[in-house]
Amino acid sequence: MTATWIAVLATAVGCYALKLAGLTVPQRILACQRVRRFAELVPVALLAALSAVQAATNGQAFDLDPARLAGLGAAVVALVLRAPFLVVIVVAAATAAALRAAGIS
Amino acid sequence: MPGGERTGPAGGGRSADRPPRPVRDGIGLGLAVGVSGVAFGAAAVSSGMTVWQACALSVLAFTGASQFALAGVIASGGSLLAGTAGAILLGSRNTLYGLRLAEVLRPRGLRRVPAALGVIDETTAITLAQPDPAAAKKAFTATFWCLYLTWNLATAGGALGAGRIGSPQAFGLDVVGPAAFLALIWPRLKSGRTERLVALAGVALALATTTVLPVGVPVILAATAALAGALAAPAGQGSPEVADCTSPEDPAR
Repeated sequence: MTATWIAVLATAVGCYALKLAGLTVPQRILACQRVRRFAELVPVALLAALSAVQAATNGQAFDLDPARLAGLGAAVVALVLRAPFLVVIVVAAATAAALRAAGIS
Repeated sequence: MPGGERTGPAGGGRSADRPPRPVRDGIGLGLAVGVSGVAFGAAAVSSGMTVWQACALSVLAFTGASQFALAGVIASGGSLLAGTAGAILLGSRNTLYGLRLAEVLRPRGLRRVPAALGVIDETTAITLAQPDPAAAKKAFTATFWCLYLTWNLATAGGALGAGRIGSPQAFGLDVVGPAAFLALIWPRLKSGRTERLVALAGVALALATTTVLPVGVPVILAATAALAGALAAPAGQGSPEVADCTSPEDPAR
């Protein structure tokens, strides 16, 4: 079994176990406001960081690709205009693709 | 995608005097969100995963943000251990969703085994929007199965299609991940100042440590911004229940 398969299966088991834990642990955990708040903020912090890292870095180095950054900028514009999720994705990818087709990257 | 923080069409097009339609709303959201599995399938195969690995993640993990995160680390040639840890950490919010869903759905015994797979952002949003437990159960089941089937079929389609695309970058696929993550947290960013500060701190922490830490680790480090935000400004300050809090850093317990 390859290392990638191990990572895939470990991710699957871990994600499932976390879901199952929520259905089985005692309800009083949620009574704690700080735990509830932390759970609300975790995806905000992690997804913001992931977005920035994937947009602006490659491996351990910064990689400011103009087409990719423009695509992300287009996504922001689409979000401000209240576009649905899939439209945001398509606008971002199409912007980056169009700039590359025009020779910018 | 599973893992999206939107309410989707659940509340759309419903007049005040008509009852909620848990099944119709669930199927609508499942179809609308599930098709973005195409983006995951394509991103996963572009990152170097096989079609089978992409499909296995969608079948077994079924939580979009974690799946995109693992693909992102693999694409950048990062440590698989860090990638796996980051993906699992991203799935930790589903534990909290499970806690709230258990109050409404009250699954017993072995029924929790299949139900757990469906504990994600979208099912939680629709289920908790229903007026009574019976409607909540219908909404959960409809959303879960429709989204599960659509997401997995879309993943397979995207994964198979990506193999026929010469250069993923020519199609702008490298910006799909960053744009998807931003879209997922957008409603939260608009909802409060603490959310915006936590997001900015998370970005700053991750970017500042990118050149010195193994790939994948900076993103995990960003979770400390969430911890700081929770400790600095808990919602519902002054609640007497705060005194019962014994382990604020471990919501999975």
